[in-house]
Amino acid sequence: MVNLIWAMLALVGIVFAMFNGTMNEVNEAVFKGAKEAVTISIGMISILVFWLGLMRIAEHAGLLTKLAHLCKPLVRRLFPEVPADHPAMGYIVSNMIANMFGLGNAATPMGIKAMEELKKLNGNRDTASRSMVTFLAMNTSGITLIPATVISIRMTYESSAPGEIIGTTLVASAISTIGAIFIDRYYYWRRTRGGKR
Amino acid sequence: MEIVQIISLWLIPLTIGFILLYGTWKKIPTYESFVEGGKEGISIAVSIIPYLVGMLVSISIFRESGALDYMMRFIKPLAEAIGLPAEVVPLAMVRTISGTAALGMTTDLIATYGPDSFVGRLASTIQGSTETTLYVLTVYFGAVGIRKMGDALKVGILADILSFVVSFIIILLVFGR
Repeated sequence: MVNLIWAMLALVGIVFAMFNGTMNEVNEAVFKGAKEAVTISIGMISILVFWLGLMRIAEHAGLLTKLAHLCKPLVRRLFPEVPADHPAMGYIVSNMIANMFGLGNAATPMGIKAMEELKKLNGNRDTASRSMVTFLAMNTSGITLIPATVISIRMTYESSAPGEIIGTTLVASAISTIGAIFIDRYYYWRRTRGGKR
Repeated sequence: MEIVQIISLWLIPLTIGFILLYGTWKKIPTYESFVEGGKEGISIAVSIIPYLVGMLVSISIFRESGALDYMMRFIKPLAEAIGLPAEVVPLAMVRTISGTAALGMTTDLIATYGPDSFVGRLASTIQGSTETTLYVLTVYFGAVGIRKMGDALKVGILADILSFVVSFIIILLVFGR
């Protein structure tokens, strides 16, 4: 599905440009897009190195196992395939906490580490496991306590109450995260039912 | 609200302090562990590059060719027909694909309609309550080399649609039109 979406985005764009006379923009878009991607990736090095370094200390000191243990009752239900005291749990919980506080910079490295641990649990296959899909679903809907960027935009345009959308954002993201978990469960149920046939 | 802001401000320094303190107390070679873990960050960042280049080039071709704008014009009347605010529908659709484009649209909507208008509040909530699914998918799966994504994309997109609908209902309930 990703292959199709990826190819279609570019193909539709190119064909559209033929009729729309925007070939020039498309040419620029190729190089701008590639450059932006490299800039983002390279820019991530600083954050990744720092947080992964710090988290390694936490892992060696046994903090991640502790954290996983602490959040066991909740997270275990979400990720039944992950052993309760596995470091993957620690990374998953750290990622969720960082996301909640809008610390995207800290959340991404921990999320990547969580994925890496989940992949190990899945026998290093290149197929997404059930836990990976659940973890991704939770990350794409993401519970946010403070949407800092949006608040700053609202302040720029002189909102009388820039923070008034905090409540609505929190409720919307909480409901959609719960919804994402249910959607994920539904697809899992469909997969397993199909497998048994 | 203020308490939450203070927590966000203090959380990173306190986390760093706590990990260093705990590591030292547990007699972990903190600096060496840090360097060892940090090294991994470089290879992860580099391994994401091809995934992100592929995705962003494709998305920017689609956007810059004008195909995105054209699609939006087509979808607007459809959205209006089922009672959704037409101004915000493009944002809801782009939110899944491109974070930069969505942020630009949100800013534009807030600037045009005002931050305290129905559209401004709705755009703010949509922007804040979900992540760019395609980006998260590319980075997380790219970093660890997952090729077969299973149902991840479908689940992510459905969750985004749900998030948009929920945002719409909540803004209606809390602030009215």
